[in-house]
Amino acid sequence: MLTQEKPAPALPETATVISGGQALLHALTVEGVDTIFGYPGGAIMPIYDALYDFEGDLKHVLVRHEQGGIHAGQGYARSSGKVGVVFATSGPGATNLVTGLADAQIDSTPLVCITGQVFAHLLGTDAFQEADVIGITTPVTKWNYQITDATEIPEVIAKAFHIARTGRPGPVLIDITKNAQLQKFSFQGYKRCDHIRSYRPKPIVRREYIEQAAALINSAKKPFVLWGQGVMLGSAEQEFKAFLEKTGIPAAWTIMGAGALPSDHPQNVGMLGMHGNYGPNVMTNECDVLIAIGMRFDDRVTGRLDKYAKQAQIIHLDIDPAEIDKNVKTTVPVWGDCKETLPLLTQLVEAKQHSEWLAKFREFEQKEIDAVIREELFPTSEEMTMGEVIQQLNELTKGEAIIVTDVGQHQMVACRYAKLNHTRSNITSGGLGTMGFALPAAIGAKFGAPNRTVVAVIGDGGVQMTIQELGTIMQSGVDVKILILNNQFLGMVRQWQELFHERRYSFVDITSPDYVQVAKGYGIPGKSINQREDLTGALQEMLAHPGSFLLEVMVTKENNVFPMVPQGCSVSEIRLK
Amino acid sequence: MPEQAPIEKEEYNITVYTENHVGLLNRIAMIFTRRKINIDSLNTSPSEIEGIHRFNIVINETEEVVSKIARQIEKQVEVLKVYYNTNEDVIWQEMALYKVPTDVIAEKAKVERLLRENGARVVVIRKDYTVFETTGHREETDNLIKVLQPFGLIEFVRSARIAIIKSSDGFNRKLREFERTEPGQEVVENEFLNSREKVFSM
Ligand SMILES: Cc1ncc(C[n+]2csc(CCOP(=O)(O)OP(=O)(O)O)c2C)c(N)n1
Ligand SMILES: [Mg+2]
Repeated sequence: MLTQEKPAPALPETATVISGGQALLHALTVEGVDTIFGYPGGAIMPIYDALYDFEGDLKHVLVRHEQGGIHAGQGYARSSGKVGVVFATSGPGATNLVTGLADAQIDSTPLVCITGQVFAHLLGTDAFQEADVIGITTPVTKWNYQITDATEIPEVIAKAFHIARTGRPGPVLIDITKNAQLQKFSFQGYKRCDHIRSYRPKPIVRREYIEQAAALINSAKKPFVLWGQGVMLGSAEQEFKAFLEKTGIPAAWTIMGAGALPSDHPQNVGMLGMHGNYGPNVMTNECDVLIAIGMRFDDRVTGRLDKYAKQAQIIHLDIDPAEIDKNVKTTVPVWGDCKETLPLLTQLVEAKQHSEWLAKFREFEQKEIDAVIREELFPTSEEMTMGEVIQQLNELTKGEAIIVTDVGQHQMVACRYAKLNHTRSNITSGGLGTMGFALPAAIGAKFGAPNRTVVAVIGDGGVQMTIQELGTIMQSGVDVKILILNNQFLGMVRQWQELFHERRYSFVDITSPDYVQVAKGYGIPGKSINQREDLTGALQEMLAHPGSFLLEVMVTKENNVFPMVPQGCSVSEIRLK
Repeated sequence: MPEQAPIEKEEYNITVYTENHVGLLNRIAMIFTRRKINIDSLNTSPSEIEGIHRFNIVINETEEVVSKIARQIEKQVEVLKVYYNTNEDVIWQEMALYKVPTDVIAEKAKVERLLRENGARVVVIRKDYTVFETTGHREETDNLIKVLQPFGLIEFVRSARIAIIKSSDGFNRKLREFERTEPGQEVVENEFLNSREKVFSM
């Protein structure tokens, strides 16, 4: 993977007596960790004490809430491809990680979280700040482990990184009791782990399935590719593009997969799912061979399963055997790392153009432009739309920025319309839909990709869930562009209430503070606009500002995101209005 | 989906080989509880190979659900292998212990006949109580409860089910292969995926 090894700081090769805390930090440096997002407390103090001496090697970003810490870790992992590292103390510190762990678990984000724990002899006594962190985090981690003796540290940390980053990545939590952090032991050096006997990160590629898949693809008249984040997790963007360009097959993405192929690639036909594009949803039920690559057929993508692509033969490429046939029965299961399977498949498929078939997608696109997109991006109404803000942003960033989104209408709009030229440029909470994700994740994303512009697109609801992370921005000086699309509503819930609950707007009317004043309090310049003529200038100012900037755009209050596949409907029943 | 007859649930025996790891029982149990599936019987004990444990789990479900669960279990880091089998595919036993007052049983029961008919043995005889033991299927162990109830049954306990898979050729050999850093293909491969031809239709 992308984690780079770098020389460890001043620790001799031969055995030395050091503390558990020092051993942990030494391990992190060998794993190539450069940034830690964390928050101290009683039970993790020995580690923080050791950190004091590692300042040059490990940058610690002090967050304002552990949830912010773990979302920052996620943002870092997603923008860099490396493992995100998070520190938290025992009890409340650790429980504050749970949302982020669940988010990272469902979105396959590699993390190693270190939590402090009470002294081993106090375990189970309801000691001060004791929580059963292993018990609480078991269902939301790929792996977790409690260390009660310092001698376990090197081996367990090595395992943690190996598990987090290999196979289908995921979050790992290591809970270290305070005595183990303090304990001095004879450190024999740190060896990275590359094998665990019971752990098979990826299944062996089976030639016969590659051949069957190629035969199906070669005989297909109307093949259709769906791709997900797996393409990026496997660093297989080039292999994916080569496969697509040889076969000429139209391809659509899940929101987790956005950006693995540039937005303007001629075979990129758009977004799948509930608020995806018209063509890809309808064509799912028209194609004859459906090729799913590194995606997991989430219900937000498939809509009603018993009416999903029933006419099609299904080829599923995935690294996780448990995903094969989980939701959609496949004709050919191409399990394995798509970095390996895609080139094998590309070798066997015939070079083709599916111009007529591709043109059909473009016809549907035209319908969608006429019914939805034109008015959303270039509105004739007086008030601004979310879509036109994203459209203007595209004009200015030219698709070069990393877009981090929160959850709600603005998320769907940003994912639908943001132009992405590069992989790892769309960071969003896809599987869990965690409001409050964007601000901290954007901070982490910037640390993970310091040379790129990071724009956080956030709703007026979500920003208030983790707004304290403005403090992290203030203190660390990180450069994040904060774009609040304020519709004065919990918009996505309001939309559902409008459409499915007879407009009974139950507790979706949300007030906001003066964000510009709030930002100012944190030393972050900001601006709020509600006139179209100010939009381009304000976005320009935000992007040009050296350092973080908050821009609030007041948008129309009761816009709905369309198209939409209503819950319980089939993808072909997608509504344009 | 074409109209299908409702698929019958039946008893499945899930066999799991694992590392001996604190917390793994919880991790495996959660795979069931998350889906609101009741575990009818659960046995976990060391296998014939040092450091490797074997779980026997019995649930009543459809094959489709069981196969998905088996994959979720196999996905856990400390799990080496998972198999699932119907009752026809396994030889299984449960053990039961019965404690009865010695005076009553000695006076009133035809002990010898009782033991023979139920395939039971005496484990302990004391002045105050006697402990019988029997192994078998649920009906068999149940049967002896009925027989002993009139004689003042004091305490009863039944073990979880253990099961041997009829077609378990080479299990022990495959398990030993896990010790190697580079085990052979059949060990590395996911067992369900291997048998996909049988399990899934093209
Ligand atoms: C932590 C959390 N709580 C509740 C929800 C449910 N939810 C989904 S979207 C949404 C509204 C979001 O409002 P806002 O942030 O203003 O975004 P908008 O939809 O208006 O763009 C809510 C409440 C959620 N996804 N996450
Ligand atoms: Mg809103």
